[in-house]
Amino acid sequence: MVFRGSRSDSVKAEALIFSIVTFILSLVLLYNFDSSTAEMQFIERVSWIPVFGIEYFLGLDGISLPLVLLTTFITILVILAAGKSIGDRLGFYLGAFLILEGVMVGVFAALDAVLFYVFWEAMLIPMFLIIGIWGGSNRVYATIKFFLYTLLGSLLMLVALLYLYYVTGTFAIESMQSAPLNLLEQQLLFLAFLMAFAVKVPMWPVHTWLPDAHVEAPTGGSVILAAVMLKMGGYGFLRFSLPVAPDAAASLDSLMIALSLVAVVYIGLVALVQEDMKKLIAYSSISHMGFVTLGLFVVFTVAAETGDWNDATMGVEGAMVQMISHGFISGALFLCVGVLYERVHSRQIKDYGGVANPMPVFAAFMMLFAMANAGLPGTSGFVGEFLVIMTAFKASFWVAFLAGTTLILGAAYTLWMYKRVIFGAVLNDNVSSLCDVNKTETIILSTLAVAVLVVGIWPAPLLELMQPTIQNLIEHIANSKLR
Amino acid sequence: MLILCSVIVLGPLFAAILIGLAGKILGRKCSHWIANIGVALSFFLSTVVLYQIATGAEPAFNENIYTWLEAGGVSFHIGFLIDTLTALMMVVVTFVSWMVHIYTIGYMSEDSGYQRFFSYISLFTFSMLMLVMSNNFLQLFFGWEAVGLVSYLLIGFWFKKESAIYANLKAFLVNRVGDFGFLLGIAGILMYFGSLDYATVFEMSGLLEGETFSILPGLVWESATVLCILLFIGAMGKSAQVPLHVWLPDSMEGPTPISALIHAATMVTAGIFMVARMSPLYEMSPTALEFIMVIGALTAFFMGLLGLVQNDIKRVVAYSTLSQLGYMTVALGASAYAAAIFHLFTHAFFKALLFLGAGSVIIGMHHVQDMRHMGGLKKFLPVTYWTCLIGTLALIGFPGFSGFYSKDMIIEVVYAVGTPLSGIIYWALLFGVFVTALYSFRLLFLVFHGEERFNEETRSHLSESPYVVTIPLMALAVPSVLIGAIFVESALFGDFFNESIRVGEDRNYLDLLGENFQGSLAMMTHGFVTLPFWAAISGIIVAWYLYLKAPNLPSTIASNFSIIHNVLNQKYGFDRFNSWFFSGGARGLGGLLWKRADIFFIDGVLVNGSAKLTEAAAFMVRKVQSGYLYHYAFGLIAGLLIFLLIFVY
Repeated sequence: MVFRGSRSDSVKAEALIFSIVTFILSLVLLYNFDSSTAEMQFIERVSWIPVFGIEYFLGLDGISLPLVLLTTFITILVILAAGKSIGDRLGFYLGAFLILEGVMVGVFAALDAVLFYVFWEAMLIPMFLIIGIWGGSNRVYATIKFFLYTLLGSLLMLVALLYLYYVTGTFAIESMQSAPLNLLEQQLLFLAFLMAFAVKVPMWPVHTWLPDAHVEAPTGGSVILAAVMLKMGGYGFLRFSLPVAPDAAASLDSLMIALSLVAVVYIGLVALVQEDMKKLIAYSSISHMGFVTLGLFVVFTVAAETGDWNDATMGVEGAMVQMISHGFISGALFLCVGVLYERVHSRQIKDYGGVANPMPVFAAFMMLFAMANAGLPGTSGFVGEFLVIMTAFKASFWVAFLAGTTLILGAAYTLWMYKRVIFGAVLNDNVSSLCDVNKTETIILSTLAVAVLVVGIWPAPLLELMQPTIQNLIEHIANSKLR
Repeated sequence: MLILCSVIVLGPLFAAILIGLAGKILGRKCSHWIANIGVALSFFLSTVVLYQIATGAEPAFNENIYTWLEAGGVSFHIGFLIDTLTALMMVVVTFVSWMVHIYTIGYMSEDSGYQRFFSYISLFTFSMLMLVMSNNFLQLFFGWEAVGLVSYLLIGFWFKKESAIYANLKAFLVNRVGDFGFLLGIAGILMYFGSLDYATVFEMSGLLEGETFSILPGLVWESATVLCILLFIGAMGKSAQVPLHVWLPDSMEGPTPISALIHAATMVTAGIFMVARMSPLYEMSPTALEFIMVIGALTAFFMGLLGLVQNDIKRVVAYSTLSQLGYMTVALGASAYAAAIFHLFTHAFFKALLFLGAGSVIIGMHHVQDMRHMGGLKKFLPVTYWTCLIGTLALIGFPGFSGFYSKDMIIEVVYAVGTPLSGIIYWALLFGVFVTALYSFRLLFLVFHGEERFNEETRSHLSESPYVVTIPLMALAVPSVLIGAIFVESALFGDFFNESIRVGEDRNYLDLLGENFQGSLAMMTHGFVTLPFWAAISGIIVAWYLYLKAPNLPSTIASNFSIIHNVLNQKYGFDRFNSWFFSGGARGLGGLLWKRADIFFIDGVLVNGSAKLTEAAAFMVRKVQSGYLYHYAFGLIAGLLIFLLIFVY
C-alpha cells in the first residue's frame, strides 16, 4: 500500500483506484445487506490465537454498515483532495490514509474484543504520522496530546475487556453483551468504557485534544478525524457501553445528559469566539457530537418517564443519523477550509473577507454546508438534531430547551464566520487574487452536497437500514440484567 | 388534485434549480422567462384549485406524498392539505410573486446578479408554497426555515454592503430564536399527540383539556397554553412581533422587490397563517390567546409610532408593515382568525403595491431613498403616484378600499370581545389608525407633493419607470381597491373558512358582528360615520398641515419634545439592548469559557499539569539513579535494615 518513489500523479491515481474499489465493494455489501433482520451479516470467523480463544471475527449489522460506508466514501474524497501542500512524500501520505481506512473499517466490523482493541489502537498510528509529518507548526504538541489522550482512555477499555473475558470466558463481543453483571460491576465497566469513548467523541471535559489536533492536521487528516474517527466513540457506546452495562447506563444517564448539554451549550459559546476557522469547526464538531451522546442516553429518562421504549428508538436513531450527517458536514467544512488554505495559507478568519467576489461557486457550496451545519431542514444536519430534540422533550422540557439552543448558537457561530470570510467587500490582496474551485474540488464538494441533501430530504432509507438493529439493541437494554 | 398541486409546487422549484445551476449559460432573458413561466403557471393552477375548493367542486384534499422518515413508531410525512385557507394563501403567494417577478425584470435590469436573483425568488415561491400547503407540522417547519433561508440570502443579496450582510445575519438569528420556540412547540405536540399530522392532532385537540405541564418545580401551567405559546414564539419571529421584530426594518437592506414579496406580502404573514391554521389548538387556551392579543397590540401601537420619524422611504413602509401585522395578531388573539386572514389577504396586495411603488420612486431617483431629498414627484411619476395613492388609501382603511373592510372588522371584533383588556386594546388600535394615516400621508406628501428638494441633475433624468414596473403596480392596484368589498361577506360571515378554522362557541365574536352586517355597500356607507374613519381623516389633516402647510413645524416639535423624539429615533433601544446583552453577552461568555475554563483550567491545570507532574516526579526519581556504586550499596543496606526491622517486630 505504500507507493515508494513513484511519481506523485500516478501515486494519486493508484490510491484513488484502491479507495474507489473499496467503496464499490462496500456498496456491494449494502446491496446484499438484509435490512429486515438485526443479525450480524457477512460473518468471517477464523481462529487466531486459539489458546485464549481469540478469533479473527468480522461481521456487519445495521449500526456498523452505515459507518463502514461513511468511511469508504470519505476516504475517496480525502485522497482526491490531497493537494500541493502535502509536498513530495505524497505516496506515504496516501498510503497512511489507505491503512487508516482499512483499520477504521476493522474497528466497525470487528466482533472479537481483542481484534477490536487491536484495530482501535492501530488507528492511532497512521493518524499520528499524518498529523506529525504533514501537520502545521505546532504539530508535535498536538500529536503527543492526541496520542496520550486517546491511549490513556483506551487502556481502561482494555482492562474492561479483560474483565469481561474473565467473566464470560470468551472474547466474542456478542457473548460479552449478555454477560451477567451486578450493578457495581456494570458501573465500573461503564466508567472504564466511558473513558475510552468519551475521549473519542469527544465529550466535555476531555475534548481539548480535538481543536489542537484539527488545527495542526493537514486537510485530509482533519476530514478523516472529524468525519470518521469521532464516530468511534458513538459506535463504542452502541456496541459496548449500552448492551454490556444497561443498568449502569440507566443509573448514570443524568451525568451523561448533563455532559452532552454542556457540550452543546458551552462548546457552542466557545465556538462563537474562535478566530481560527479550523478551531471553530472543531468546536462545532464537539457541540454537534453532543447530540449523539444526548440521543443515546436521554432514552433512559424517556423510558422511565413514559414507560415506552418506542420513543427510545427515536433517540438512538437520531444519534446514528447525527453521526452520519456530521461525517458529511464536518468533512465538507474542513474541505472548504482546505480549499482556502491551499490558496492563501492561512486559517485565520481575519485574513479573509469578500471571498464570494472572486469565488462565487465556492461561496455557494460553503453556504450549503454552513446551513447544514446550522441544522437547516432539508439538509442532513437537521434530521438527527430534530429526532434527538423530539425525544429529549419527552424526558424534560429543560433538556430539550438547552439542546434546542443549538438552533441559535449553531447558526450564530457558523453564519458569523461565513459572513466574515465569504461576504463583504474584498479588503486584502490575499482574497482579490483567488481563483474559484477547480474541477477536482468541484467534484468533491458536489458529491458531499448531494449526500447532505439526499439525507436531508429523504432520510427514510438510511433509517430503514438500521431500524431492526437498533430495535434489537433497545429490546436488549430494556431488559435489566439485575434480578 | 395531487398532480395539480405537485405542478404548482414544482414549477418554481424547477425554475430555481435550473436558473441557479445554469444561469450563466441561459443568459438573462432566458432566465427571466423561465422564472416567470414557472410562477405564472403556479398562479393559474392555484386559481383553478381555489375555484374548485371554494365552489365545492372538489372536497378538501389531504394526502401524503412520501414518508420522510419513520422512527420510534412515528411516521413523518411530506404531503399536502388543500382547503379554503390554503387555496387562498396559494393564490395570494403566487399572484404577488408573479407580479414581483415581472417587476424585477425592470428593477434589477442593471444588476450583475440578475439570474441569481431570479433563482432566489423562485426558490422562495417554492418554499412558501410548501409552507402553506403542508399537511403536517414537520413540513411546516421545513417551509418555515426555508423561507427564512431565502430571506437571509436576499437581504444579503448585495453582499458587498456591510449593512446588508449585518442585516441578513441579524434577520436569520432573530428568526432562529423564534424557530427555537417553534421547534420545542412541535416537540410538545409530538409528545402529547404522538403524531405531527394536522388532521390527527386537530381531531384530538380535546386531549389537552385539563392536561398540565410543570415548567419549574411548583410552576404548573396548562399544557395547551405552553404549547400554544411555544408555537406562537415561532410566529413572533417570522411575523416580527415585539420583541422579535428587530430584524424587519433592517431587512430593507435587500432589493425592493423582495421587500414587497417577502417582507410585506407573504413570508412575514406566515406566523399569522400558522396560528389560524392551528385554531383548534389555540381555542384550547384562552390564556395563550390573551397573550397573543397583547403582543399584537404592542406591535401595532408602538411600531406604528416609529414610522413617524423615519426618513427612508422603505423604512416607513416597513414600520407600517409591522404595525399591520400587529393588527392581524390582535385579531388572532380575539379568536377572529378569519378576520386576521382576511386582513392578511388584502394587506398582501396593497402593501406589495406600496413597496413596489416605493421601488419605482427609488428607480426614478437613481437609488436615493431619503424622503428629504424628494418632493413634487407627482408630475414626473404619474402612474406611480396614483397607484401609491390607492395603496395608501387602502392602508389607512378609507371606506370602500380593501383595507377598510379588513381593518375595520378587526377593530370592531376587538370591541366585541368586551373584556377590560380588549377595551384598552380597542383604543390603542383606534389611535393606531390615526398614526397610520399620519405617517402614510406624510410619506405621500413628502415624496409626491410640495417643493422639489433635489438637484437639477436628478431632475433631468427623472421619468416614469418602464412598463415592466408600472404594469405590476396597476395589476396590484385593482385588487387593492376591490377585493375587500367582494370577499368581505363570504370570508368573514359566510362559511368560506368553515372547514379550516375552528372557533369555540363562546368565543365566536365574528358571528356577533355578522348579525349586524347588511352587505358590503352598507358597511361602506356606515364606514363614513365611525370612529376609525375620523381617526384616519384627522391623521391626513395633521399630515397635510405639518408637511405641506407648515413644513418647518415638525422640526420644531421634534426639538420641543426631544425626549420622545429620541426614544423613537432609538427605536425604544431594542437594538442597543440586544447587541449589548445578547450578542455581547454570548461572545463575552464564550470568551470566558474558552480562555478560563478550556485553556486555563482543563488544558493548563489538568492536561499539561499532569504532564508537568509526571515530569517533576521523573526528575526526582532520576536523582536516585545516580550511577554511583556506593549510592546503590547504601540503598541496598538501608533496605535490608528496614526489612529486618519490620521482620523482627
